[in-house]
Amino acid sequence: MLVLDAVQLSCEKQDRILFQDIDLSIKTGELVLLKGENGAGKTSLLRILVGLSQPQNGNVRINQHDVQSDVNLASSQLVYVGHKLGLSALLNPIENLQFYCQSIGQEQVAQNDIIDILEQLGLHGHEDLSVKNLSAGQQRRVALAKLWLHKTANLWVLDEPFTALDVATVELLQTFIAEFLQRGGGVIMTSHQAVRIDHPIRVFELEYAW
Amino acid sequence: MVSQQDDTFQSYKTLPVLWAVAKRDFSLAYRQRAELMQPLMFFLMVITLFPLAIGPAPQTLQLVSGAVIWVAAILSLLMGLERLFRDDYLDGSLEQLILSPTPLYLIVLVKVVSHWLVNMIPLLIMSPLLALFLNMTPSMYTTLIFTLLLGTPIISLVGAIGVALTVGLQRSGVLVALLLIPLFIPLLIFATSAIDSAAMNLPISFQLGIISVLLLVALAVSPMVIAYSLKVSQH
Repeated sequence: MLVLDAVQLSCEKQDRILFQDIDLSIKTGELVLLKGENGAGKTSLLRILVGLSQPQNGNVRINQHDVQSDVNLASSQLVYVGHKLGLSALLNPIENLQFYCQSIGQEQVAQNDIIDILEQLGLHGHEDLSVKNLSAGQQRRVALAKLWLHKTANLWVLDEPFTALDVATVELLQTFIAEFLQRGGGVIMTSHQAVRIDHPIRVFELEYAW
Repeated sequence: MVSQQDDTFQSYKTLPVLWAVAKRDFSLAYRQRAELMQPLMFFLMVITLFPLAIGPAPQTLQLVSGAVIWVAAILSLLMGLERLFRDDYLDGSLEQLILSPTPLYLIVLVKVVSHWLVNMIPLLIMSPLLALFLNMTPSMYTTLIFTLLLGTPIISLVGAIGVALTVGLQRSGVLVALLLIPLFIPLLIFATSAIDSAAMNLPISFQLGIISVLLLVALAVSPMVIAYSLKVSQH
């Protein structure tokens, strides 16, 4: 069963064609690793896949819903963690994650559940600090807590999720990604670091185009 | 267990999500009190400067009071509007809101209303003092409040379109002002005309009616235009 289906995608930025006529699909339980050098268009492709950017040509469907015309339906079972973390610097991790849960319609998530997840991610004692007072790695951990909190997601789109994380957290995240894949979720991610996820990986290479 | 749920969206409750957006915006505004005070202080300073410049004669002040307060209100609201989507754009919260299961036009409507409440309530609280300062009669003051209540949401709604269009640009404040100020000319004319009519004990229903129509049109059209502009700014 396809969780994501992209057909004939083309993207052009500032008169440079990043990629052309790309077909990409992700089945349940499949991990796609997007590779390519800097500037090859990995982030642009991910943003197109989730509906944040519009392709020159082609269309993307997530769970059968078009990401451009049905963005609300298409994103209802999606977690996207991009370069921007989606955290308000003035709020603390709990407030940020509570808002995230409310915004995806998961009001039933208790504050204690959020605290437990933050503790798993090594943020015990930092729950009450504003995000602006956390380090880059700690901020990324807060953003990645969304993966733990979105209970109905079946697609994760992760842009360089391991950036700024310490070794232990990278391992924890890789284990959690493997568990999600075993539960039937689909994942597409980019990473310039070695990926050691205990699951078959399909590599999708983007070549730098002039 | 990960499951495929085509009807997930229907199960989301929109109102709690919108309430969460409003609560978050109020909370952020409270934590940026100093920044919040700037438009308000600007408003006060502009109004304070006028009597110094044109002289303290009560009749002169009364004559220009409506126009002075309205011009100051437009400029100070525009000043505060720049912040409406800027932080959310920079920290990526806007991306998450676009990808939220709740329609973006409802979210932006709540954000604009929250912003209006946060900026306008202090201004309305201060307004009796300003009325006294500019020698307004009770009927002029009442009309001023009516025009502010009906007219300033138009500034917020239309202004948010300009802010959404330029959210990705650096130092967009002046550009937003240049784009938007001409659009507020009809509002300014009808609002000050209503206050002038009140000063002469003439009916004001026509002017208030026109401002109400402008407000209804802005309410109907702006949220969708703002949402579209924000999506375009992400491309």
